[in-house]
Amino acid sequence: MKEVLKLVVVLTLVGVLAGLILSYVNDATEAARAYQDRLELLNALSVVLPEHTNEADKDVVKTAKGTKYYISKRDGKVNGCAFVTSSDKGYGGKIRLLVGVDIKGKIHGVVVLEQHETPGLGAKIAEEGFLSQFRGRDIRNTHWKVKKDGGDIDQITGATISPRAVVEAIKNGLERLGQDRDVIYGGSNVVQ
Amino acid sequence: MSFSKEFTKGIWELNPIFVLVLGMCPTLAVTTSVKNGIGMGLAATFVLLCSNIVVSLIRSFVPDRVRIPTYIVVIATFVTMVDLIMSAYFRPLHHALGLFIPLIVVNCIILGRAEAFASKNSVWDSIADALGIGLGFTLALVVLGGIREVLGSGSILGYPIAWKGFKPVLVMILPPGAFLTLGLLSGIFTKINNTRA
Repeated sequence: MKEVLKLVVVLTLVGVLAGLILSYVNDATEAARAYQDRLELLNALSVVLPEHTNEADKDVVKTAKGTKYYISKRDGKVNGCAFVTSSDKGYGGKIRLLVGVDIKGKIHGVVVLEQHETPGLGAKIAEEGFLSQFRGRDIRNTHWKVKKDGGDIDQITGATISPRAVVEAIKNGLERLGQDRDVIYGGSNVVQ
Repeated sequence: MSFSKEFTKGIWELNPIFVLVLGMCPTLAVTTSVKNGIGMGLAATFVLLCSNIVVSLIRSFVPDRVRIPTYIVVIATFVTMVDLIMSAYFRPLHHALGLFIPLIVVNCIILGRAEAFASKNSVWDSIADALGIGLGFTLALVVLGGIREVLGSGSILGYPIAWKGFKPVLVMILPPGAFLTLGLLSGIFTKINNTRA
């Protein structure tokens, strides 16, 4: 009986101590982690959005369905927006992208936020060489399929599944953008 | 045994990868490049060092029957700390290593050293043991990552080094490349050790 009690006391003490230390480290690093999160988002936004002068990560429109749009403004005038879109059909699971468009709905830039594709193969979807081909495309001027499937988008040698997922994600995002246009740019937002 | 002897044994005689054959999961998974190898090696070394120190310090208080759960809690605490700190201050590395940081908890090398060494030896010797084994692990990951990165991507530390007529062999950065490289290196290691003995 006495021994069992000792075991319980020791394990409890170890657990409590570990919990205390971790909650301290969590608090101590929270600000730095939030700062890194914001930095990452700002970096991505500066790549995909047209030239802007506002803090786009704080200029957010949220639709009734829950899609978030980051609004880009130059000297107070709206000149585009960015949104997150994703596909579960990647080779290694989910692929998340940040897509930026200009006011006419043409893509200005695409950045990969999350991917688990094969390094050196499918992972090339995150490289500039692949992503730059989306610039200037919109929902109407492009057949949104990879070339192997009869579309306009270059695939990657040896990897078709990953580009396919990217194309699907962007296409869905652009279609959603078309439906949400009025909500995003509507009302007093256009000219401030 | 002296500090330097405890330290050097981890690099060669008791190399965690090639001799003890422990921690194979992260070894096979992260060694697609030198950079990943270094990051994983250093993170695991840090956790190993901390856990060896603590386990050695508390070795007289912890009853034998609950020693394993205690070690796991100690290791998990340090791993979570590394995860949080890396996420706060070394974000790109944190992205590259991703899932493998939490998985350090179940890296057999760390629990193995806690059980086989730190729980029976002084703090000072445990530090030497952790640094030696950690360095041995890191070096092994760097060698593996180096071979696979050069042959599989034609680069080293991200810089292209492809020479004329060389085409990267893709299979080297895919899982089979990990098994092939690891198997060959382990064979060479054992051969050298046998000849010396």
